Amino acid sequence: MEIRNQKDFGAGLMYMVIGLFFTFMATQYPMGTAAKMGPGYFPFWLGIVMTALGLLILVKSLSAKAAIEKIPPFNWKVIGLITGSVIAYGVLLPTMGFIVAVFVLVFMSASASHEFHWKGTLINATFLIVFTYSVFVLGLKLQFPLLPFFLQ
Amino acid sequence: MDLFANLALGFDTAFTLQNLLYCLIGCVLGTLIGVLPGLGPIATIAMLLPATYALPPIAALIMLAGIYYGSQYGGSTTAILLNIPGETSSVVTAIDGYQMARNGRAGVALFTAGMGSFFAGCVATLVLAAFAAPLSQLAFKFGPAEYFSLMVLGLIGAVVLASGSLIKAIGMIVLGLLMGLIGTDVNSGVSRYAFDIPELSDGIGFVAVAMGVFGFAEIMGNLEKTDEDEGFLNKMTTMIPTKEDVKRMIPSILRGTTIGSILGILPGGGAALAAFGAYSVEKKSSKYSHEFGKGAIEGVAGPESANNAAAQTSFIPLLTLGIPPNAVMALMVGAMTIHNIQPGPQVMTSNPALFWGLIASMWIGNVMLILLNLPLIGIWVKLLKIPYRFMYPAILVFCCIGVYTVNNTVFDVYVTAAFGIIGYLFFKLGCEPPPLLLGFVLGPMMEENFRRALLLSRGDFTTFLTRPLSLGLLIAAALLVVIVALPAVKKTREEAFVED
Repeated sequence: MEIRNQKDFGAGLMYMVIGLFFTFMATQYPMGTAAKMGPGYFPFWLGIVMTALGLLILVKSLSAKAAIEKIPPFNWKVIGLITGSVIAYGVLLPTMGFIVAVFVLVFMSASASHEFHWKGTLINATFLIVFTYSVFVLGLKLQFPLLPFFLQ
Repeated sequence: MDLFANLALGFDTAFTLQNLLYCLIGCVLGTLIGVLPGLGPIATIAMLLPATYALPPIAALIMLAGIYYGSQYGGSTTAILLNIPGETSSVVTAIDGYQMARNGRAGVALFTAGMGSFFAGCVATLVLAAFAAPLSQLAFKFGPAEYFSLMVLGLIGAVVLASGSLIKAIGMIVLGLLMGLIGTDVNSGVSRYAFDIPELSDGIGFVAVAMGVFGFAEIMGNLEKTDEDEGFLNKMTTMIPTKEDVKRMIPSILRGTTIGSILGILPGGGAALAAFGAYSVEKKSSKYSHEFGKGAIEGVAGPESANNAAAQTSFIPLLTLGIPPNAVMALMVGAMTIHNIQPGPQVMTSNPALFWGLIASMWIGNVMLILLNLPLIGIWVKLLKIPYRFMYPAILVFCCIGVYTVNNTVFDVYVTAAFGIIGYLFFKLGCEPPPLLLGFVLGPMMEENFRRALLLSRGDFTTFLTRPLSLGLLIAAALLVVIVALPAVKKTREEAFVED
């Protein structure tokens, strides 16, 4: 069988998996009746609706009339660097402090660009640290761990 | 007359130094993000939401509102100059506005957009002031069944804004609704879909979802494109329109304002739909219809007035019914709850200074925007020349700081990262996230009203059809689906979004 519309096929599959997951999980909670619903009732039926929508999209994507559409390739380098830089920020912030965390975030994310330059990124990182420090810490008085734990 | 007394109270509130200042900050920021493609009002408001903790509620709301309607002004600037619509609502402006710019009439186009927006903004402020009170009276007649049906209508309305497949957009709404259910069930105290993770017992953070799906995913999408267009600017000529231009733009501005004011009130309406509607009307009714697509001034005046009017009247459902008609208003709900204000009809009576102050600030904001925009056009264009490689790390930094400060926990930072990947997947599969965000906000409210309605009717599902108001709203929702599914509308809808 040929999948004509890959995008819709993927979306339909995703909807179905999510729908079934929510429906299945809902059965673990008390259902109740229509007049006195338990916590499982609404998610159970909503999950069924989600699954049905997914199935509909999936079937339509296989029909002979579906437009031919391919899922564009994923750029794993970009995903890894951007997501990684955010996670690194989350890991570093509590222990190494605001300045180090922002610095790593800027450098790691900037390296995802094919126009990456050390010098420009360094200037950008310095500017952003000074700017966000003055706005969020000095201006709005938000609480951040600022310096690494061994300097505090 | 109550209206004038109320407006006087509003202006009294809005005309303090602090509130004027935050109004100005909001307008400048709004214009700025409107000009920058890839940074919409949703992401910006989400980013600034935590920063408003420290402000008094009225100042916070004035600033956030300023961002929203400011972005409507700003979005038109890049649409006209560079054919890059900064906002979905300025997509249609780009069609004729950019052509005008290429004909050396960029100045006239920008002036028209500015004047149209200003006029529409002034009228919409009056509409907001006049209709808010009667509508909130109506809101007291709303029972749970009506609220549920209204939300159905609102969610279906949101589908109209998505450009792709109708069923996929409905799927995104349902997904949003399901995600909204994560966390502790208020009625039974049962923790749902939280997997014993304590941070999830309050549900997923709205800011995290919005920033991940919109901000991060968009950055990843943009980075894939290898060709960097730094943009060029046509030589700017006069800003002063000719007599002929004025004669042609005035009726368009009036029509656009009317359409925008009405569509903004409808839940699910919003600025983009208004602009799209106004463009179709102008194209159909104009005797210069052959000029459309080649630089017709009506094609700028109509949609620009409409999107600005709608941006303001979309506050009506939020302020009177407590129901956000679009994703930006959903964020406003978040902002209000942060400040312990429950959006709904009671805001007007329990907090009149805030309510009318916000409305008055919108008019002041419009004056500021017109004064700001005309001379600043040159500067906005320079900002567009900041290379994207410096821009996106900055966006990431602001997002990460913003999301951390919501609850002072890094857990939210990780959630945002996860939603970045999810948003990227949506992007690849052609699923559009705005309906998801609206569903996410309405999910808990919808379940609550659904349960209450059926409790009152003792489990009888016909309660939604036997109550006249509820039935009317459901019929409207069904009609909307039919209209959107009609081939003719579908075609123009696709055309209008083709450049998005």
